[in-house]
Amino acid sequence: MQALNDLIQSAASKIDAAGDLASLDSVRVEYLGKKGVLTARLKSLSELSAEERPAAGQAINKAKQELQSLLNARREALETIALEAKLAADAVDVTLPGRGLDIGGRHPVSRAMQRIEKIFRHAGFGVRSGPEIEDEFHNFTALNIPDNHPARAMHDTFYFPGGNLLRTHTSPVQIRSIVEEGVPIRIIAPGRVYRCDSDQTHTPMFHQVEGLVIDENVSFANLKAVLHQFVEAFFERKAELRFRPSYFPFTEPSAEVDVRWDEGKWLEILGCGMVHPNVLESAGIDPEKYTGYAFGIGIERLAMLRYHVTDLRTFFENDLRFLRQFR
Amino acid sequence: MKVAESWLREWVNPDLDSQSLGHQLTMLGHEVDGIEYQGQGLDGVIVGEVLDVQPHPDADRLRVCKVSTGEGEPVDVVCGAPNVVKGMKSPLALPGVRLPNGAKLRKSKIRGVVSNGMLCSAVELGLGEESDGIMALPGDAPVGKSFAEFLDLPDAVFDIDLTPNRGDCFSVLGIARDVAALTGAALKAPDVRAPAATIDAVQAVELPEPAGCPQFAGRVIRGIDPAAQSPLWMIERLRRAGLRAIHPVVDITNYVMLELGQPLHSYDAALIKGTLRPCYAQGGEQLALLDEKTIELHRGTMIITDDSGPIGLAGIMGGLSTAVTDSTRDVFFEAAFWPPDTMAGQARSYGMHTDASLRFERGVDPTGQARAVERASELLLAIAGGSAGPLQLVNNDEYLPKPTPIDLREERLQQLLGVQVDSETVTGILTRLGLSVTRNKTGWSVVSPPHRFDIEREVDLIEEVARIFGYDNIPEVTGSAEAPLEAVTESRIETEVAATLLVARDYQEVITYSFVDADDDLAISGAKSALVLSNPISSEMSVMRSSLWPGMLRAAASNSARQQDRVRLFEIGKSFHGSLEDHHERVRIAGLVFGPVAPEQWASPSQPVDFFDIKSDVMALLRAAGSRSQFVFSEAAHPALQPGQTAEIIRAGESIGVLGKLHPKHAKQFGLKQSVYVFELDASAALASEPPVAVAVSRYPAIRRDIAVLVKENISASELVDAVASAAPDLIKSVRIFDIYQGAGIEAGLKSVAIGLILQETSRTLTDEDADATQAAVVQKLHQKFAAVLRE
Repeated sequence: MQALNDLIQSAASKIDAAGDLASLDSVRVEYLGKKGVLTARLKSLSELSAEERPAAGQAINKAKQELQSLLNARREALETIALEAKLAADAVDVTLPGRGLDIGGRHPVSRAMQRIEKIFRHAGFGVRSGPEIEDEFHNFTALNIPDNHPARAMHDTFYFPGGNLLRTHTSPVQIRSIVEEGVPIRIIAPGRVYRCDSDQTHTPMFHQVEGLVIDENVSFANLKAVLHQFVEAFFERKAELRFRPSYFPFTEPSAEVDVRWDEGKWLEILGCGMVHPNVLESAGIDPEKYTGYAFGIGIERLAMLRYHVTDLRTFFENDLRFLRQFR
Repeated sequence: MKVAESWLREWVNPDLDSQSLGHQLTMLGHEVDGIEYQGQGLDGVIVGEVLDVQPHPDADRLRVCKVSTGEGEPVDVVCGAPNVVKGMKSPLALPGVRLPNGAKLRKSKIRGVVSNGMLCSAVELGLGEESDGIMALPGDAPVGKSFAEFLDLPDAVFDIDLTPNRGDCFSVLGIARDVAALTGAALKAPDVRAPAATIDAVQAVELPEPAGCPQFAGRVIRGIDPAAQSPLWMIERLRRAGLRAIHPVVDITNYVMLELGQPLHSYDAALIKGTLRPCYAQGGEQLALLDEKTIELHRGTMIITDDSGPIGLAGIMGGLSTAVTDSTRDVFFEAAFWPPDTMAGQARSYGMHTDASLRFERGVDPTGQARAVERASELLLAIAGGSAGPLQLVNNDEYLPKPTPIDLREERLQQLLGVQVDSETVTGILTRLGLSVTRNKTGWSVVSPPHRFDIEREVDLIEEVARIFGYDNIPEVTGSAEAPLEAVTESRIETEVAATLLVARDYQEVITYSFVDADDDLAISGAKSALVLSNPISSEMSVMRSSLWPGMLRAAASNSARQQDRVRLFEIGKSFHGSLEDHHERVRIAGLVFGPVAPEQWASPSQPVDFFDIKSDVMALLRAAGSRSQFVFSEAAHPALQPGQTAEIIRAGESIGVLGKLHPKHAKQFGLKQSVYVFELDASAALASEPPVAVAVSRYPAIRRDIAVLVKENISASELVDAVASAAPDLIKSVRIFDIYQGAGIEAGLKSVAIGLILQETSRTLTDEDADATQAAVVQKLHQKFAAVLRE
């Protein structure tokens, strides 16, 4: 039996030496193949006596198993090496850019508008819109700005022949919404507005969000709360607000709202007030039963503060080098 | 309006510094746009007296003056001003002073004569924009004392942005009243002594149109000194308010207007012919105004006439024919009440805008006319002498506003403001504002003084209380009202979803103006827009866009000029259609692309964008809303687009948009050299949607069969696909064209189209026989419809 051990020894060293699957297989054939050395031994068992045969057979089978497991282990090792080599050849430079399209981006004004809409939607405000070519009734008269009111002259209105105009504010949507939906009402109305004015700090078109809440027992204290919460939600920080008495024909009391910005400077960000009873009456609402507040927010102004834009006009120059910064 | 602090403090003097006073004005609703500090840095300037004037030995234009500084020996000062005379007092800057213009004075020799200071002009002291010599100070100026102190300098000038409802605040008096109400400081009126009449000269005045002019005050003053000059203190106050001194009579009317808010007009009384009659213009009359322009009057404008015809534009500007000049000796002051209704829009209709018209439009105190005439008369008599006639006051009571009590309910006040203001506080605030207040069962009965004509109803009183009480003192209270839930519709997808999708496909949103150049709009839409602005900013922004493309093309071109070679833009906004009488607005989604499909890249060759790139973007948008089968792309003609590369998108028989390649002639017009592809969709039609209806998926395998057919090249893909699908609608689940070939081996005018069919049944596994039969039916159908031949 000494010879069997030697045989395993020499087979084991041949298995170790096999550098690839083919040479490993020839080792297998040499020992375990049909004409292999161990196969031959098994066949020669018949030459042994009946007493010797079981032990010898067991020994050969054990040797076979031993060789088989050595072969298996080596095969696995060789396969791993081969796979690793294949994968190594398949490696890429992961720092190269990906293929295909980039992504685009929203305009900063839209981006700010989306934020504003989202904040108010969460508070239960509906979102409404109205026409941009308006009539004098909705843009002025119904808002308590009668003919020849000084406030009309201050609006720098774009007119069409025949008296229609480009809305100078989003406030006409107040009137249209009250008439259409009645009260109580709780809405915002974002959109484009137009003023015949163009210089460093004015563009002839800009965006506003109108807000309107009418219900029983709505107060100026409610207005202060909602606007303070809005400003803090929009800028994602604590904000100090200042409500200054002002004048809009369609609200009373009216206020302009400043926010304390960097270096303690007060910056005006919106106008607001309690809906004027004349406005409610002209929309067929009883001002004794219902009160409400309204506000108008300049979106460009907020976008400028939020995104550190210093020149209003860049919003409408549509320079991709500017716009791509807002992706 | 500019208000100097020194003038304001003469009327009300609260214990506040300039900054705080400015802040309080702002918090009262009179927003201070800015505070200008005037007359700073004049510390070393004193009042000097010129004791003697001698010619300069070496210069014809210079004089050597002996100037008293109030103490010690007089000093020698070299002076080049033509107006320097012995005995005059003038500001004297001593060596070491740095003047507002930056010049630092030092003792120096001027042409050999030592000068120990400088006699200064208003310009040199920063107190004027022009001067014709050194500043002459009045005889009572204290020699040797600080010049700044003498002129109440430095002085803060508040630039106040008045709201249009507070016409009553258009004066020092008006602002002072509000400051007094807020701070509790006393309102002090200057001591106006109504001059006694020393002659009985009057100017005849009649009021034939009492609605247009219910009250008219006036006075004749005869024999003024035509050489009189306006006093320095008045010139200074006018200057700080932004007005230039012109002539003592005119300066006085301006001064009284600034002080009391009532504009006055002064006539050369000798030039008025007969009776003054304010009345309405007939229209067409000519009137030469003080500014020497002649206007043609509009019918219905209030004018002043005398027996010669129109001599003034009421409340706006006086006429040239009766103007006060340097030779005027007899003056007639007019202070009329022109009601805001009469004045509204008038100045504007003549392209004018004066200090007077501004005040009358917003409203002046209907009882303030006589007081203004008294004040002006007093000043004129003091400054230019003369003899005063009696005060004339002509009016028609019936047309003058009458005070009516307004009820202010305590409960309403608390409810609207959302804060409890105790009743003593309310009474105090209203009283300090000059309103007369009595308590009643529900609150207060309030009568406002004549100058507060803006107070018409209860809410006006509530605002007044809130304003003085302080908005800061109103708490923040979150409203508890619940809003009803709104339906979230699936009948259309939100434009936000469309925007997000386009962003994901590498489109950058732009916002372009809603008004565009008329020619641009015409070129793109093929029709002239009727929606033309009457008063555009410029011709490039004069018509309402009927498409979003013109603006986007301009944006694309400017980006191209800025070296952007790959541009992908979208915009969501309105387009405007129809006529002036009947217009409508549509929300559109538009896109524009030029340059390579993808950004420049190492892995794939750069490929220019073409029709099918933009079509796949449009398809993606449409697919977000509905199923593919709902949309038909059909070849079309469009004025902006290149023939043969233009498709109209149709949904349920309705055109919902268009896409294609911009016609090269338009590309050129907009300055674009590249091939430009564009699309534009009607948002409401394109984004119309519905909740999906789920269908069970088949559990049986599908079979694919591919065929290739030869057809005429003008047969469209959609025609082929429709025909194939209709050959066995129950079995054919999907049809796709996977190759199109023309060229070698194919007869000219024909094309080879390879079509893949996916066959599937929901109830059983299809057999080869089923597939063979379907394929045969398809081939048969194509042959029958298009004479297609199967390629083997």
